[in-house]
Order: sequence, then structure tokens, then C-alpha cells
Amino acid sequence: MKRFLVKRITYSVLSLFLLSAIIFFFVRVTGDPAVLLVEPGASQADIDAIREQLGLNRSLGVQYVTFMSDLLRGDFGKSFYYRSPVLDLYLSRLPNSFLLAGVAMLFSLVVGIPSGILAAVRLNGWWDRVGKIFALLGQSLPSFWVGLLLILFFSVHLGWLPSSGSGTIWHVLMPAVALGWVFAAYNMRLTRSSMLEVLGSEYVKLARLKGLPEALVIAKHAFKNALIPVLTLAGINLVIMVNVAIVVETVFAWPGVGRLAYEGIAFRDFPVVQATVVLGGAMIVVVNLLVDILYAVIDPRIRYER
Amino acid sequence: MSDSSTAATTIDGRRAGAATLRWRLSALRGYPIVPIAIITITALVAIFADYIAPHNPEVGLLGQRFKPPVWQAGGIEGHLLGTDHLGRDVLSRLIFGARVSMIVGFMAVIVAGVIGTALGIVSGYLGGWVDQVIMRLTDTWLALPAITFAIFLAAIVGPSFMNIVVILGAVFWTRYARIIRGEVLSLKEREFVRLAIVANCTKLAIMRRHILPNVLNTAIVLATLQLGVVIIAEATLSFLGVGVPPPQPAWGLMLADGKKGMMAGYWWLTVMPGTCIALMVLSANLLGDWLRVKLDPQLRQL
Repeated sequence: MKRFLVKRITYSVLSLFLLSAIIFFFVRVTGDPAVLLVEPGASQADIDAIREQLGLNRSLGVQYVTFMSDLLRGDFGKSFYYRSPVLDLYLSRLPNSFLLAGVAMLFSLVVGIPSGILAAVRLNGWWDRVGKIFALLGQSLPSFWVGLLLILFFSVHLGWLPSSGSGTIWHVLMPAVALGWVFAAYNMRLTRSSMLEVLGSEYVKLARLKGLPEALVIAKHAFKNALIPVLTLAGINLVIMVNVAIVVETVFAWPGVGRLAYEGIAFRDFPVVQATVVLGGAMIVVVNLLVDILYAVIDPRIRYER
Repeated sequence: MSDSSTAATTIDGRRAGAATLRWRLSALRGYPIVPIAIITITALVAIFADYIAPHNPEVGLLGQRFKPPVWQAGGIEGHLLGTDHLGRDVLSRLIFGARVSMIVGFMAVIVAGVIGTALGIVSGYLGGWVDQVIMRLTDTWLALPAITFAIFLAAIVGPSFMNIVVILGAVFWTRYARIIRGEVLSLKEREFVRLAIVANCTKLAIMRRHILPNVLNTAIVLATLQLGVVIIAEATLSFLGVGVPPPQPAWGLMLADGKKGMMAGYWWLTVMPGTCIALMVLSANLLGDWLRVKLDPQLRQL
């Protein structure tokens, strides 16, 4: 277990370094970063000052070390628009992002798990077919378009829900459905295949042989075990949701980190855009690490794999 | 499409009867006819956009703003699907938008495919530290949130048609690299590769002539499955204003414009472009699923 932990953590740290190197590479190689990092409309003197500060006349190696040490100290620069450190901005928006992702996750589980179980129990029945179509639509409809359609129907046509903003429980409903839609389809497929696997296992056969009614077999024996992969992946998916919510947050003017990134683009606020990519990637690396460790704790076989 | 035209032709000089027709149609059974038809029609529309579109997609009459489709009260003759906030014809913009979606979609998938396949082959075949470096890079790349990463890149290099293609290619190559590396690992243990080594082929020649042709099927399946993802990504970037620059008619851009008139109930500006995107992506996914089963049974698990 110790060896596994050391190896896995080393990989993650390596990933984080690579991540920063990729970002660094793209910023420095694709043009003059001084132009990106000064405010639009800045004078030549300002650009020169930034260049001096970043040491752009020094070697790439020295520049990378500066860049890295800034990141490690949590210094992502200052937002041009908000005039405050980018990290503070990001952290202040993060709770909103998690709230949206949490409700979206809840929606995707509430829709995905029962429909997945039904599809597995009534394999190849009409419900299974409806489920397949649902899964296909989940993959094919862009989430922001689903959001726009929801606004058209529930805000414009019926006038039931607010079309944008935040504050009440009603505000979070439509963005959560738009964001959770894809994941609902995904959870459904995952539940279905996981359930099918469990239903074919020895202990379910035994439960049936004992003469238990089918409903009890499914509810007590199969259901719980089939849920394990779905719930584990829900953890990763929550973090992924936070990072893919940018369009949905833009459509509904939801004040999360995605919206922050969008504002970063709209106001040409480059430090903000850079920080959202770096922090988003770092978050996913860390969650992947945690999930891998969790798996290793649950299933010792994993520890001894390559 | 082709089935209706062949129905009237003759076989061996005799008129094809109903039974023959049925027999011929049965040959199509199992093929994803609808998705192929949708993609083919969209491709044709994109190619011949100049001839099909009833109006100039980038110029409109301000006096005819926000006109609904013809069948709705207030719709005007000549604008089948209505007009947008600048009085431009929605149908014409959809037709030219197909061109943007198709070109960006196909080219980005090819760019991603070339990068990913090359890295996958090199990583799998050479092994050792090269493999380690490429796979670490792939893992890290996968951790970057795709859309945010694409936006970040677009913010650096500035939005343009070609930039979007390159950016999407640079973001979406990882899946090819991973899966193709896996295939190469088993391919390189096969007889024909060992014989090539014995025959003194260079590593480059083996990778190019013996490995590459054997992973092409997989690459094509992945490319088809990826097409939908890329089309959505392009629409997303355009929607956020870092994709295809206006006034070019891209579907994502039309949705962004349509949002302005949405609260006033101008539904067609939102429904029409979105339906086009959804149909294209749906078709690409269905075709990809079918190809996967047909060409590469090993990928069924995906």
C-alpha cells in the first residue's frame, strides 16, 4: 500500500508540474506574454515594465522558475477588471460552482439511477429502448442549447422560472438540469451496465435459489452493489461539472468560476482565464488521485498492479 | 437517396419488380441510413451553399428585423425560417453555417487524429522513457478541462477559422493517443512486425508501413465518434465569442445572437440553429457507434 501511495502521489505531483509547464509553454511561445498580461490600451512603458518584471529578456528556464514559484505561492496575478488577486476571486466564486454542480449531480442521480435499474431489470424491453434513446440524446444535445430551450419554455413561454441570476432555489433549477442532463444519461448507462453485471453474479443467483421474491433480490442484493461504481464516479463527475459549467453558467448568468472565466475572456482579463485553467486542471488531478487511493483501499488487488 | 433511384432501373434488362426492390432494400438493412443521409445532405448543402441559399447570409434589411418563420403570423414571403436581429435570413445563415461546422469539424478531427495517432504509435512502439513521457503528458492533458483549455488557447492566439481548427485538434488528441498506444502494444508482438525487424527495417519504416495501416481502422472509428464532440466544442466556442468571428454565420454564433431576442419570444433564433447542431451530432454519434461495431469489435467496450 505504501509503495502504491508513493508512486501514485509522485505521478500526481509530476502531472501538476507538467500542467504548469504546458500552460507556461503556450503563453510564452505563442506570442508576447507582456501584451497578454498588461491591460488593454496600456502604453509602451507599461509593457516594458511588465517585461522587466517577468524577466522576459532572461532565459526560458529562469522564467519558468519564476512562473512556478508564483504559482506555488498561490500568486496568479491580479485581475485587471476587479483589481484584486485572481485567487481570491476564484475562491469566492467556487462555492456557487459547487452548489450548482451539487444540484446538477443530484438531478443526474435521481434520473439516472432508477432509469438505469429499470433498463437492466427489463432488459431489451421498451423502457430499455427509451433509455438508449435518452442516452444518445444526452450525448448529442449541447448543454447550453438545452439551457436555452429551458429558458424559452419555462421563463418566456410559461413564466414560471427566472431566466438568469442567483439567490433563490428557483434560480438554480434550470442551470442544474441543463448541466446535469448529460450526466444523467451517463449515470443511466453506467447503472444499467453495473446492474447487469451484478445480476449475473453468483450471490444474486443464490438469493434467487433461496426463493426470494425478485423484487427483494433486486432491492436488497443487487441494488447496493450496483451503486458502488456510480457513486464513486459521482465524486469525480462533481469536480468535472464545476469545470465544464462555463457555458451553462454563461447562459444563466450564474456567478460561478465558469462565469468568471467567461468574464475573463470578455474583458480581456488574461490572468483570470489562465488561473481558471490551471486551478481547474489541478483540481481534476487531485480528485483523480483521491479516487485512485479510495479504490486501492476498497480493493487491495489494485495496489499490486503495475 | 440512392435506394429510390435504383428502384426504377433495370437488372439484366428486366424491370425491377417489387420483390427485387425489397431485396435490394434489404441489403441496406443494418446500415445507419438516416445518419448517413443527414451527414451527406449537410455536406452537399455546405458545398453548394452559394447556389442554395436564397439570401446573402451576412447582409440583412434592418427594416425586416425579427420576422418569424413564414407559417407564423407576421412572417414574410422569401424568409422561410424568419430573420434575425439584423434582418438577415435565418435559412441562408443556417446553410452557410453548415459549411463552418462541417469544415471545422472534419479538419479538427483530422488534426487531432494525426497528432494522437502519431504519438500513440511512437509511444507504444518505442516504449521505455519515450512511452513514459508521452503517457504522462497525455494524462495531464486529459486533466485539463477541455472547453476551458480551448478558450484559454483561443484567448492567447485570437479567434479565427484556422486557429479554431488547430486549437480543437490540440485539445482533443488524447483519446487517440491512449487507445492507439494500447493497440500498438499488442501489434508489436505479432509475427509480421518481428519479421520486419529481422529483415532489417528501420523503426520508422516499421511504424509507418506495418503498424500504421493496422491501427487506421481504430483511428477512423475514433474520429467519427469524436466528430460530434468537436462540433459541439466549436459551437460552444463560437457561442462564447472566442470561436469563428462574426459576421460569419456559424451555428454557435447564431445561438449567441438569438439569445438577445429570446426573452422577447423570438424562439426560431434559438430553436433552428440548435436543431441543426443536434441533428449533426446525433448523426455523427450514430454513425460512429455503427462503425465501431462494424470495423472494430474490440472497441465495443468504449
